[in-house]
Amino acid sequence: MKLMPCPLNGLRNISEFVCGGEVTEMPPAVTASDSDWAAYVFMENNAADVVREWWLHVTSGYWFIAERHTASDEILRTYPASELFPKRFDFEPLDDPTEDQGGSD
Amino acid sequence: MPFGLLKYGLSKSYPADPLIPPETELKSTYDLVIIGAGGHGLAAAYYLSRQHGINNIAVLDKGYLAGGNTARNTAIIRANYLTPEGVDFYKESMALWEGLSGEFNLNLLYSQRGHLTLAHTDGALRTMRWRAEVNKHMGVDSELAYADEVAQLCPQLNMSREARFPILGALYHPPGATARHDALAWGFARGASDRGVEIHQNTEVTGLKIDAGRITGVETTHGDISCGKVLQAVAGSSSLVAAMAGIKLPIRTIPLQACVSVPLKPFLDPIIVSGSLHVYIWQTARGEIVMGGSTDPYSLYSTRSSLEFKEGLMMHVLELFPFLGEVKLLRQWAGMADMTPDFSPIMGLTPIENYYIDSGWGTWGFKATPVAGFRMAECIATNRQPSLLEPFALDRFDTFLQVGERGAASVGH
Repeated sequence: MKLMPCPLNGLRNISEFVCGGEVTEMPPAVTASDSDWAAYVFMENNAADVVREWWLHVTSGYWFIAERHTASDEILRTYPASELFPKRFDFEPLDDPTEDQGGSD
Repeated sequence: MPFGLLKYGLSKSYPADPLIPPETELKSTYDLVIIGAGGHGLAAAYYLSRQHGINNIAVLDKGYLAGGNTARNTAIIRANYLTPEGVDFYKESMALWEGLSGEFNLNLLYSQRGHLTLAHTDGALRTMRWRAEVNKHMGVDSELAYADEVAQLCPQLNMSREARFPILGALYHPPGATARHDALAWGFARGASDRGVEIHQNTEVTGLKIDAGRITGVETTHGDISCGKVLQAVAGSSSLVAAMAGIKLPIRTIPLQACVSVPLKPFLDPIIVSGSLHVYIWQTARGEIVMGGSTDPYSLYSTRSSLEFKEGLMMHVLELFPFLGEVKLLRQWAGMADMTPDFSPIMGLTPIENYYIDSGWGTWGFKATPVAGFRMAECIATNRQPSLLEPFALDRFDTFLQVGERGAASVGH
């Protein structure tokens, strides 16, 4: 069985986890175009290399970050998301709310 | 006749018919370079030379002929998809399949044996009815079968109501078929070679030369080539090759594993699939039981096999066929599937004018080999997106016009 070192729960069977995909930078919420959003949502780097990924321990509901090599499946490091995201993320407010065409507020 | 056999074996004319001619040196220029000598790349070369008179083609592969996913699938052919776009596309593929053995003069062991997609819940049964109606509307032979009919079509199935997931019915697709996967690739390779196409194995593409938005050449481990057009048909490595052309794809590379049992006496005629249990099973002409399950849970560039896969798969196989409990496994393998978010392929034109793509084949590529080659050949020869491939264009992800194909196998929907 392959094991995943969870920063919260220690070494656990990898079948207890779900991979949430690569950690990528979100485009600016207000100014991004439709194609920027499409690229952010659908496109993948899909590199054969060490990749930084979101992982979820399902039963404890804990999201964290793992650095994994996507060719050898070796997990190099795992750590809490707070290491990359030290602050709470706030969406910047619209200057003029009537400009909002996305309807996603 | 041992002496006759010896004489035949030692004679200079043996083997009488090498399928493809010995490899020559790479030329410095070709009209078209096809990256990937798998089923799809070879089929495109075959139809380009046969239908469009384009034969100054080099098909390059970093490994050997058809050693990737063409050799790593479970060889099931069907057209009973859910979306009209998908049904239309696979219907054309099945029509091509039916003529290929004769066209190649090579026995593909193409065998239409019926295909049952089991339903274990009312929800699944409703989807099967939906698929059957879409199929019939598009001219594909499918119908909904209830439990009593399923028991007649496949008496070996465990129809007990005591099972964890009892069988309530199935989508029955009489033309569902199997075929020899390697023979398909060899048939296309020979047909293309006969018309002048060169196949270069062990020739890896290491870079693409792009000048002012056009491909001008290909760098390989055996030297640089200049070329008029390039097609990439590389399945699990799609993202890596497309990245050389500066194109990003909505693809994750995820392993898909399968296995076969030791040979048994023939007992199973139809192909049995369960989308809810993630199982597909059929028996080969040699008697082996071919078994596949769902894709691995996360992305990986590897063809390793895992115990988790076999445990998960066998749990459900034994529910459908409890008498297989003592049967041993003979072989296992994995392929690297290029999965798209909508379970439909990505085919046709790209942002680069003379660069074409045939990818996003996930778990549904083998059955599409003939039609993918046929229509990609048309796309390359005319430099236009054929109407059958319109729904599968790469730019559908920009315009939010995905083709959500819930008839795809071995994936969670």
